[in-house]
Amino acid sequence: MLYYILKRLAAGVITVWFIATATFIAMHSVPGDPLMNDKAVSAEIRKNLERKYGLDRPVHEQYFLFLGNMLKGDFGISFTQQNRKVNDIIRDHFPVSATLGVLAILIASTGGVLWGALTAIYRNRLPDIIIMFLVILGISVPSFVFAALGQLLLVNINKLVGYSLIPVAGWGTIWHMLMPSLVLGLGTMALLTRLMRSSMLEVVNEDYIKTARAKGLSPTRIFFRHQLRNAILPVVTVLGPQIAAITTGGFVVELVFAIPGLGRYFVQAVQQLDYTVIMGTTVFYGAFLVFMVIVVDILYGFIDPRVRLQ
Amino acid sequence: MTDVLTRESRLNEDDFAPAQTSESVEQISRPSLSYWQDAWIRLKKNKRALISLYIIIGLALFTLAGPLLWRVDPALQDLNQISQSPSMPKQAIVVGPYQRWRGVTIEGFPAEPDEYLDTIPAPTGLHTYDDPTTQSVRLVWDPVTGAGGYNVYRNQRKPETINDLGLPLGGTLAGNEVSYEDRLNLERKTYYYSIVPTDGFDESSQYAILKVTPKLAITRDDALTRGLIDTADNVAFGDTINLEFHPFGTDYLGRDMLARLMQGARVSLFIGIVAPFLYVLFGIMYGGFAGYFGGNFDQLLMRFADFVVALPFLLFMILFKIAFGIGPGESGVFPMLIALVLLGWPATARLVRGQVLQIREQGYIQAARLLGATHHYLVIRHIIPNTMGVILVTLTFAVPSAIFTEAFLSFIGMGVAPPTPSWGSMCNEGVKTMLSHPHELFFPAFFISVTVLAFNLLGDGLTEALDSRLRSRD
Repeated sequence: MLYYILKRLAAGVITVWFIATATFIAMHSVPGDPLMNDKAVSAEIRKNLERKYGLDRPVHEQYFLFLGNMLKGDFGISFTQQNRKVNDIIRDHFPVSATLGVLAILIASTGGVLWGALTAIYRNRLPDIIIMFLVILGISVPSFVFAALGQLLLVNINKLVGYSLIPVAGWGTIWHMLMPSLVLGLGTMALLTRLMRSSMLEVVNEDYIKTARAKGLSPTRIFFRHQLRNAILPVVTVLGPQIAAITTGGFVVELVFAIPGLGRYFVQAVQQLDYTVIMGTTVFYGAFLVFMVIVVDILYGFIDPRVRLQ
Repeated sequence: MTDVLTRESRLNEDDFAPAQTSESVEQISRPSLSYWQDAWIRLKKNKRALISLYIIIGLALFTLAGPLLWRVDPALQDLNQISQSPSMPKQAIVVGPYQRWRGVTIEGFPAEPDEYLDTIPAPTGLHTYDDPTTQSVRLVWDPVTGAGGYNVYRNQRKPETINDLGLPLGGTLAGNEVSYEDRLNLERKTYYYSIVPTDGFDESSQYAILKVTPKLAITRDDALTRGLIDTADNVAFGDTINLEFHPFGTDYLGRDMLARLMQGARVSLFIGIVAPFLYVLFGIMYGGFAGYFGGNFDQLLMRFADFVVALPFLLFMILFKIAFGIGPGESGVFPMLIALVLLGWPATARLVRGQVLQIREQGYIQAARLLGATHHYLVIRHIIPNTMGVILVTLTFAVPSAIFTEAFLSFIGMGVAPPTPSWGSMCNEGVKTMLSHPHELFFPAFFISVTVLAFNLLGDGLTEALDSRLRSRD
């Protein structure tokens, strides 16, 4: 077990290195240079700026400098927001994105399992048909449409109540988080519902269900202890990649709901060509996702005793 | 015992003639079909998949043949027609240039009231002076004794009480001035005008209401400059002409939505279909060779694929897009395409590799190898055609995700930049005016959803149709 975790972690470190290198190459093949945007700087100022950001050195030296600083956990200073370190930006804004993401994952996974199980019980009957129709809608409607509609819904609710019951945008209280995390989790919830349904229907025909029924166990017990527990396994496997999808899907939700998360910062940094912020955020996100996938895989080993971790 | 023997001895030759069977002998009841013929037949039985296929063909026609039929320039901005809702063809009356109206003043009627009444009665005989048009609505009414002026209100619904009269337009300041001309942002709607007499200071509690529906009017000069008529010679005032027809309405710059949707479909479908096609092709080659040769070569290739999978997809889409020389604000269809291909292939490669590893061990491959087939021949002729089913399904499911990616990037302003329309960038523009003009968001979002849905359902249908294990169920 420990060996497996160590092995996965080592592979993870190499992956993060690969991500960092790919980011570095991508950013250095951008035409022009980061200081291009500054209006008419004199040659001396330019030289100073280049020295400050280490741009006057050869590319391979910059690369090793970048890797070295990264190992120390230092992503450098923002190009556009003077005197603000990339680390500070990540520290200030990542918790917001993470909260949003965790809430969305919670909503998506509980919702997906619940609806999926429900559709399997009511197979080909009205609840199943209604939920599956909604699922198809959830899969095919883009997230930004949901975000816009969600905001519209909040506006109308507030109008109906007469005062600002649920804030339409911004961040701070639990009320602010409600709609964005729901919108963010919706697509994943639809996907998980579909997965859960087919996996439930497969489990129903398994021999151990028949055995349990023959033993005279109550239907509720069979449902919760035998069916649900086994059907949930495929859902857990896709959770890792879905965390990645939700994290990046947060960009749109953060933009629409004016949430001060890291995703919004990333988009802003790209628009302003803020090189250090782009590189720092990408590597950070990449490392985070790699780590999450490893965690989910290890958790899977605990949930499903049949999986031997090697 | 003896009886039996005697009966046996009575057997004659007829007893050995072949028996007549009442039931038909077992036959091969199905015609021999190739894998693809069989899959096609089963796909045709799946109604949802078939409808999806028709929708996809329809969308292709919409974007390719549509602009030939609907010859409206998607880039043409018409600031006279900003954010029009979808409608039937509109007609307008040609009118002359606006001419000042002197109004109606009754000679001999006192301008100032002689005596102050407690309640001034509502004016009677409220009517329109001429045909009400969107150029002007001219109201005339009979003077009321005791009135020193009149206030005019306009509402878009029928007023219930005196507090519900709507927008105060203005009025007259003399009891004998009994007309008012409304030229304030008139549209082709129904308006309720209310006239409230005043004694010069206070309003009466009585009022008269008139329901007016002005006709859409356009001046002849306007019609000429907008190209609705060729010459002014054969068009008289009062004639009706057809206005520009916008079946799906117009956007915030007055551009025709239908034409833009058709052109936007090109970008969306181009990226949505070409990018998956390219990266699936690359994935087939990559995974095919890795799986076929196996060993360390396979390990090396697959480790690399693992790394590419680990790259955060959308972040790198954006990074690559900048890296390929497109700054923010420039249209970037090709950088987006390249970025999608660079990041999309590993999933297919893994899948194909898995398939190839299975197929490689099959008997017919060994037979072919025994007959002296080269690697190249084996991969191209035997292995890849046998993975085609899985690949086709992957391709179908890859299309919606590519369309989503394009829409997503365009929505956050990192994809196709204006003025090039794509469904995603149209959503981006439409979401800003979502409350007042919902059609600008609805149509592009609807098209994205329908396309994604059609490809998803087709993919489901293909999965079922191509799965030969399910064949015996029919």
